[in-house]
Amino acid sequence: MSAPYARPLDLKHGLVDLTHGSGGRAMAQLIRELFVRELANEYLAQGDDGARLGRATGRLVVATDAHVVSPLFFPGGDIGCLSVNGTINDVAVMGARPLYLAASFVLEEGFPLADLAKIAASMGRASREAGVPVVTGDTKVVERGKADGVFITTTGVGELRDGIDCSGANARPGDVVLLSGPIGAHGMAIMACRENLSFDAPIVSDTAALHGLVDALLRAAPGLHTMRDATRGGVGATLNEIAQQSGVGIEIDEAAIPIPAPVEAACELLGLDPLYVANEGRLLAICPPDLAGDALGALRAHPLGAGATRIGRVIEDPRRFVQMRTRLGGRRIVDWLHGDQLPRIC
Amino acid sequence: MKYVDEFRDGELARGLAAAIARDAEAHRHYRFMEFCGGHTHAISRYGLADLLPDGIRMIHGPGCPVCVLPIGRIDQAIRLAREHRVILATYADTMRVPASQRLTLLRAKALGADVRMVYSTEDALAIARANPHREVVFLAIGFETTTPPTAVAVLHAAEAALGNFSILCNHVLTPAAMHAILDAPQGVAIDGFVGPAHVSTVIGSAPYEPFALDYGKPVVIAGFEPLDLLRAIHLLVRQVNEGRAAVENEFTRAVTRAGNVRAQALVDRVFERRADFEWRGLGTIPASALQLRPEFAHFDAERRFAVAYEPVPDNKACACGEILRGEKRPEECRIFGTACTPENPIGSCMVSSEGACAAHYTYGRLRGAAA
Ligand code: SF4
Repeated sequence: MSAPYARPLDLKHGLVDLTHGSGGRAMAQLIRELFVRELANEYLAQGDDGARLGRATGRLVVATDAHVVSPLFFPGGDIGCLSVNGTINDVAVMGARPLYLAASFVLEEGFPLADLAKIAASMGRASREAGVPVVTGDTKVVERGKADGVFITTTGVGELRDGIDCSGANARPGDVVLLSGPIGAHGMAIMACRENLSFDAPIVSDTAALHGLVDALLRAAPGLHTMRDATRGGVGATLNEIAQQSGVGIEIDEAAIPIPAPVEAACELLGLDPLYVANEGRLLAICPPDLAGDALGALRAHPLGAGATRIGRVIEDPRRFVQMRTRLGGRRIVDWLHGDQLPRIC
Repeated sequence: MKYVDEFRDGELARGLAAAIARDAEAHRHYRFMEFCGGHTHAISRYGLADLLPDGIRMIHGPGCPVCVLPIGRIDQAIRLAREHRVILATYADTMRVPASQRLTLLRAKALGADVRMVYSTEDALAIARANPHREVVFLAIGFETTTPPTAVAVLHAAEAALGNFSILCNHVLTPAAMHAILDAPQGVAIDGFVGPAHVSTVIGSAPYEPFALDYGKPVVIAGFEPLDLLRAIHLLVRQVNEGRAAVENEFTRAVTRAGNVRAQALVDRVFERRADFEWRGLGTIPASALQLRPEFAHFDAERRFAVAYEPVPDNKACACGEILRGEKRPEECRIFGTACTPENPIGSCMVSSEGACAAHYTYGRLRGAAA
């Protein structure tokens, strides 16, 4: 394909301007030289407004997620890989195999093309690693000051595995609650950047695509009741969602929840509770007690679940409280978060 | 991290809890107020009340800077931002405090006011330097701990002749509030105080002596760690049993009798006492807050802009006053957990997670139902 443009995009000094969203030549060039190149796949190559996909045999699952994060680049990742992994995870925890992604970008006028190129490359890398192509997309540009650099919305489509029934509504009293690893890294990596906190070892975001881990988990324990990735609002908010949806109580044990020392120190400094700090590569799984051993084994055998632990159990409770036995032996409610302890981190 | 863990050891905690249970006399009721929001937070976060025998009840005090801010003060801040178009720099926790006309700073921001969250007074000064053509007002709140940084900011602004910076001063004084609680004509149902941690590092332990000597109430100053609190409660139980009232200091690793004399001098240079100040939940208390000294008057947003303080009465149903004096429990308020919740706080004690009602909402409901 020969490029019909006089000059290639200036990826060093160029800036996004309003013509990049105007539907004209500049926009076509941006899409072609940046997004199509980095995300290349047969579906994007069709070049139409939408993508014609293969035939699915099972039931489909769809999930969508808007990504706004400040800063856009942080230790362990950036908004690009975050937007790919986040949506893959939303599809995966439904018990589905993620197949395709769609992405739409809102760009702020004046945003450096060099940064955009980095973001597109990071999306490309994440999508190739995960084996889930970005098959269609859209780009809009808004005036300076109307957005914060770049916002990315991704939508994922997946195919449900036969015989799997995973839902936030399926937790039953007696079930065991598993957590796939240490918590709080993503949220605190972002906060540490924002607040200029420095630690001997920087806190690195845990952003990762979890569909491989989910696959291993479902093979070992197909009768699993619930999976959720503990993103915004952290483990605390996610458990409350499940308790609410399933009409149960959940009891967790603080001592069993792994919190990396730097995360704990940063939380202490900023007065935050790690239970409510966002994760981008951790999932909670709830299963009947007879499956717990196999499920935990499968999690631990996978690199993304090496730090998995059993953190609690589901109980009967019409009030749908999530409660925690603290490290000191007292009990407390892990309530919904009132307001926002961390604005805009995922 | 090791430092922190030492004070959160589960086994030590159980040992202390057992010692408290042994010493607490079965026929007695012990009602202790932890003055400070930081302690309230630690009690809820670690579920400490669960470790105490039934006869010991912790009363959550007014030491939460956000909770004691009256509606009229937030109104002033909102008017500064909306009518006088200043950049209002504020700590994040004031953003959700309900003000008049169903406004909050968060809502004012959404409506276009320039409200910016800062983590330190330095950030506020930086905003002023970066925006020389805008007026920048820092919403100064808090007890004796946050006052020295505000004093430093004002001194820096004065040195740099920063003409566009001022503060809306709401700094309040811990001992004055304790006096007000103890002086209530209805009397108080409090047998002793857990004294603040950080505040005491600044003011020292001496200012609490009148509470022991004149009012006969034991005071034990405690650090913020859960084990500090358990130790302090143990010391309070002993004082009550022995019929003593003294100021004891559990937090000797940070608090002395005289406190931080340098910080005190700094504050004294910049601030003087107001004749009186209205506290949410406690009413107007004489000499209980600070204002800038006349020589720093041009850094005083209240003098610089026409934003006179207009008191707004608390909701009639709200029982915060009685709760803070230990007369009522949060669940005895008619609208606790129904009309008044952390998402939609009606009274001051529900505003921040450190407030008495909010703490009970998140923790106490569990205990109440289990008992
Ligand atoms: S529940 Fe609300 S209204 Fe009632 S006393 Fe507490 S803060 Fe005031």
